[in-house]
Amino acid sequence: MNQTVKTYALFALVGVLILMTGLFQSWDYALKLVAMGLVSAIMALGVNLQWGIAGLFNVGVMGFVALGGMAVVLTSVQPVPEAWSAGGVRALLALVIGAVVVAASVVVYKRTRSALMLVALLVAGFVLYRWVRDDAVNAIEAVNPAATGYLGGLGLPVVLAWPVGGLLAAGAAWIIGKTALGLRSDYLAIATLGISEIIIAVMKNEEWLTRGVKNVNGLPRPMPYEIDLQSDPAFIDRAANWGLDPTSASTLYVKLGYVGMFAVVLVILLVLAQLALNSPWGRMMRAIRDNETSARAMGKDVTFRHLQVFILGSAICGVAGAMMTTLDGLLQPTAYQPLRYTFLIWVMVIVGGSGNNFGAILGGMLIWFLWIQVETVGPELMVWATSALPDGSALKMHLLESVQHMRLLTMGVILLLVLRFSPRGLLPER
Amino acid sequence: MDFVNAIVALTNFVLIPAMTYGSQLALGALGVTMIYGILRFSNFAHGDTMAFGTMVTILFTWLFQSWGISLGPLPTALLAIPFGIAGTALMVLATDRVVYRFYRAQKAKPIIFVMVSIGVMFVYNGVTRIILGTDDIRFDDGERFIISAGDFKRATGLAEGLGLKTTQAITVITAIIVVVALFWFLNRTRTGKSMRAYSDNEDLALLSGINPERVVMVTWLIVAGLITIAGVLYGLDKSYKPFTYFQLLLPIFAAAIVGGLGNPLGAIAGGFVIAFSEVGLTYAWKKVLGYAMPEALEPSGLVQLLATEYKFAVSFMILVVVLLFRPTGLFKGKSV
Repeated sequence: MNQTVKTYALFALVGVLILMTGLFQSWDYALKLVAMGLVSAIMALGVNLQWGIAGLFNVGVMGFVALGGMAVVLTSVQPVPEAWSAGGVRALLALVIGAVVVAASVVVYKRTRSALMLVALLVAGFVLYRWVRDDAVNAIEAVNPAATGYLGGLGLPVVLAWPVGGLLAAGAAWIIGKTALGLRSDYLAIATLGISEIIIAVMKNEEWLTRGVKNVNGLPRPMPYEIDLQSDPAFIDRAANWGLDPTSASTLYVKLGYVGMFAVVLVILLVLAQLALNSPWGRMMRAIRDNETSARAMGKDVTFRHLQVFILGSAICGVAGAMMTTLDGLLQPTAYQPLRYTFLIWVMVIVGGSGNNFGAILGGMLIWFLWIQVETVGPELMVWATSALPDGSALKMHLLESVQHMRLLTMGVILLLVLRFSPRGLLPER
Repeated sequence: MDFVNAIVALTNFVLIPAMTYGSQLALGALGVTMIYGILRFSNFAHGDTMAFGTMVTILFTWLFQSWGISLGPLPTALLAIPFGIAGTALMVLATDRVVYRFYRAQKAKPIIFVMVSIGVMFVYNGVTRIILGTDDIRFDDGERFIISAGDFKRATGLAEGLGLKTTQAITVITAIIVVVALFWFLNRTRTGKSMRAYSDNEDLALLSGINPERVVMVTWLIVAGLITIAGVLYGLDKSYKPFTYFQLLLPIFAAAIVGGLGNPLGAIAGGFVIAFSEVGLTYAWKKVLGYAMPEALEPSGLVQLLATEYKFAVSFMILVVVLLFRPTGLFKGKSV
């Protein structure tokens, strides 16, 4: 079977799986699965750009996804005027001071090479930063803490948050890349793992910016609310023409809207990624991946190219993160777990086929499907498997309760099997 | 008197907790460094192996408790540790046989090993969560304090108390014993020497007739021991929770890299560097400074340099600084 046929066949398989979900479970559920599957596919595309094409091992995907989520709050939420007058400008000034201090320290150190000066500058800068920041932050967080207690956002349309999420992630990636990319491959892994935990810590802790663990809910949506649709006579008429009742018609309409928007983003990114992969730039990146030394000997600036592709891939993850938070309508910093947002994406890329953009998308959709279905089908299987045990026995209770953790085990086994028996993935690189 | 109070408060809130945490990190980092030195990859499953070992120990602790066996003032878990180590050893050896050996035979790149270890991490994660769930579990029993803060205050008449938990003392003492035993093994025994030879120069070691599979097996056995002990000590001191153990990966890696990957002495030093900076930077210094400074200079705020949530940031910053200025770590480690 040649690869084109295989590609079509595997994508058709995903389509059939989703159709079956729609037929046997519910269409609402199937559409929700597709929407998150598309988001996962975009994240996998970003990771594939870094790993599959450039060979960079980024295990900080969660951090970039979370930054995208933060972008939704910062862009689309209405500003809180009281909080701004209480200390908004001063808090932003503190951020600027922090950035200037770090930049100045780097410049001074490069000029003088004096560690003492560097430390002195950083300590003085830190004291100044905390002095400016603390009062402002306390004032902001004191403004109606139950409802706001943060600055809010810019009140712009929520779709604008998607590119903003990409920009935020790109900025973070630039900082990480500048420090960690020259180092060994597994140091980059540890550095990205660390920075992603720090980003989550910042989001949990800086309540004036993101409300922290109090979460921001009711984020603006690009689609109308179901309730509004159900009271709209024109919509009810149209639903009746299709033979649907208004409630299910409205949920399907909204979900379809999200799926359509996400599909457009995915197609745009896929076209760009394919063009990049088949361009001279893509050939150069693969040459660097396969043999760094000879690429360098050919006059390629390896460090700069690594930085470039690291930023691009991270930005894609940021866009996907913003889309996901838009879909959820909720920013919940405690929900970001590395197993789900970093390592699961890696499983998608490896299973799909690293170095192949279609493979990344296939892996994203397929693994997401499994991740969700193992959760629904798993308990039913377990009920069946334990039916021989007497009701109320401790073992049976325990097995039924712990079945939700089966999916971690399943993902691990899938990853190990693919790495062992088909290390190039379902759709190998051409 | 104020000065004595300042010292007591400092010891109680910073020095003792940091010593304890540092010992736990050092044991964990020794495991990372051993795997790096012999098997030559960064093991991402380390935190979850730690959780696995602790889980087995907890199960045996409960078994002993149900039989009515206890160690009196000491936690029963100490009795269960050997069984925990045995269970973990079986698990890692089985993993090595089924998973890692294939890639070793292929001479796969280190990054492939790292990826495989992520798969292993998922599997261990699932296993520990299926068996014990995700909740916080406390399994310490026996005497809680050697000296409680209240007793100390009554005995000395000072305003500040100095508490020493049994688990803290056990942690430090166990860590010292384990480290001494490990260094004796590495430096004095034939197997230990062959391991160091293999770590320094694989080809030369193979030429001189060292059996690589045996070296690898012994390494996994030692790692299983180190990691189970580290995990149980951490669990006794704080509590057992799979996710916390996974997150310990970062400070443990930081400790191993700061000390110099592949260098056991560095791993210990790194553990303490990380622990003392984490505790020191996230502790609110108001109390200590209040006693130590003249009244006019007493601080008004909490003098907490960083919020406690940023403790990961601390280990990370130290890691970055060391990597930028001394890429091989404080003690000369490997740089491949």
